[in-house]
Amino acid sequence: MAAIDILGLAKTYSVGFWRKKPKCALQPLHLSVEAGEIFGFLGPNGAGKTTTLKLLMGLVFPSAGSARILGMEINDPQMKARIGFLPEQPYFYDYLTATELLEYYAQLSGVAAKERSRKVSEVLARVGLPDVGGMQLRKFSKGMLQRVGIAQAILHDPQVLFFDEPMSGLDPIGRREVRDLMEQLKQQGKTVFFSTHILSDAESLCDRVAIIHLGELRGVGAVADLTSSVQGQVEVVWQGNLVPASLKAFATECHGTGDTTRAVVPEANQDAVIDALRRERLRIVSVIPVRTSLEEYFVLKLKPSEAAAGVRS
Amino acid sequence: MRSVRIAHIASNTFREAVRDRVLYNLIAFAVLMSGAAILVGQISIGIERLVVINLGLTAVSLFGMVIAIFIGIGLVSKEIEKRTLYTVLSRPVQRWEFIVGKFFGLVGTLVVNTFFMAIGVFVALLWVSRRFQMADGWVLVALYFIVLQFLIITALALLFSSFSSPLLSAVFAFSLFVIGSFAEDLRGFAAMAQGAARWLATGTAYLVPNFSTLNVVSSVAHGQPVAAQLVFSNTLYALVYAGMAVSGAVLIFEHRNLK
Repeated sequence: MAAIDILGLAKTYSVGFWRKKPKCALQPLHLSVEAGEIFGFLGPNGAGKTTTLKLLMGLVFPSAGSARILGMEINDPQMKARIGFLPEQPYFYDYLTATELLEYYAQLSGVAAKERSRKVSEVLARVGLPDVGGMQLRKFSKGMLQRVGIAQAILHDPQVLFFDEPMSGLDPIGRREVRDLMEQLKQQGKTVFFSTHILSDAESLCDRVAIIHLGELRGVGAVADLTSSVQGQVEVVWQGNLVPASLKAFATECHGTGDTTRAVVPEANQDAVIDALRRERLRIVSVIPVRTSLEEYFVLKLKPSEAAAGVRS
Repeated sequence: MRSVRIAHIASNTFREAVRDRVLYNLIAFAVLMSGAAILVGQISIGIERLVVINLGLTAVSLFGMVIAIFIGIGLVSKEIEKRTLYTVLSRPVQRWEFIVGKFFGLVGTLVVNTFFMAIGVFVALLWVSRRFQMADGWVLVALYFIVLQFLIITALALLFSSFSSPLLSAVFAFSLFVIGSFAEDLRGFAAMAQGAARWLATGTAYLVPNFSTLNVVSSVAHGQPVAAQLVFSNTLYALVYAGMAVSGAVLIFEHRNLK
């Protein structure tokens, strides 16, 4: 059974003074996320990522379609007890301390009274805030608030987690810690659905990704599949700055960096290039097929609409 | 389980009011009552009780109304604006539970506030008359009616907060408070008017909250008793009116997109 099943979910807002002008925030979206997956929902700013998450959380109502999480409707309170949500740039009741806030959320999530204190302490330690539980949230930095946001999402041990831009506001160490946490959640069998526009995070973490742009799903698939399309070229790196004359004829790209040189050559000429380097007694460091990066795939998927938008304007 | 969640939301609303130093108004009230008691004792002879009860109960009502309106108008809109609502409604909390919890939280704050103010009124009363009289018991009924007024105005502020901006909500709530304070006069005018004006005035008179019937400050200050029938009808009226306003807030909020 899929952990998340999105069946034609769509959202159109009415805008303008008389609210008669329709504005499509999300075109009918069909998506399925398997249990235990880390699923990345990628798109540039304003693509419809947050709208999708708000629809799944029941914060906005769909204009069409439906969705099921853990086999239950999105407005089912039983389902909500089994999910965790981190909104984008979260803001909390700043008159509360971190411990008070998490205890309040634990109460609302139905965590048993005798377990609350233990769970709150555990989760604060897990997000790297073990010593600030008694501090009011108004004194927290943006990064600390993001950590509290993650803490409140995982506090009640949910099966499915929804993170909207979880790395936002975090320093490199914080980002690394969140990535580790998401991997731990996966190892525990949790499903993680997270939106981001930072492609390196998605590439290093996700089993599968979906790309959305202008409210439209542009592509979906396993990260390995999307980035494994070989382009018929190989990247050759060798030590030294000497470039054999015979190699220059093949190379589509060639430049030196420090004491190494990198060249991109057609796969068909790979053996000839290696022979040329050996003849010159140059030490070959690596020979790697050139593959599409997630970034290239992402840019490729975004292009058609921009071209169309250019034609329209 | 639902009532437990409502209680948690109410308790958090109360805690917010306390942490935001809302109860500091009690200091201003205490200063006002102390000053009034000392001053009244010196300048008014024979009517000290009348003045202290009138002034005290009017101050209780005004302080409470200001708190009810200014906190009430932000109960929902502030949560939407600051997005604190997102992490609440993504839990097993239904929208109506959130609204009802917020309502009880603010009403609880006002009841606690009124309790301490009531102590202030009675202390001032004791200061000027040296001893309590049987008729002073009616002050408690007047205080009870003031709490009923808070119930209504909180529900109305919550209703406006569920669909409007804080500024407009404040304007609506204050307008209704002022018009509602003259509801009896409006009904008298309706009875005298003719044609369409009569229909309009009658409709308005019955639509706005009737705060005049809940105001017995003057008669209580004169030591006049309050009929049990009035206590019953006012209680019923306030509960029905507040219940309808909270239901309206729930209906609107249930269908609102939290953009």
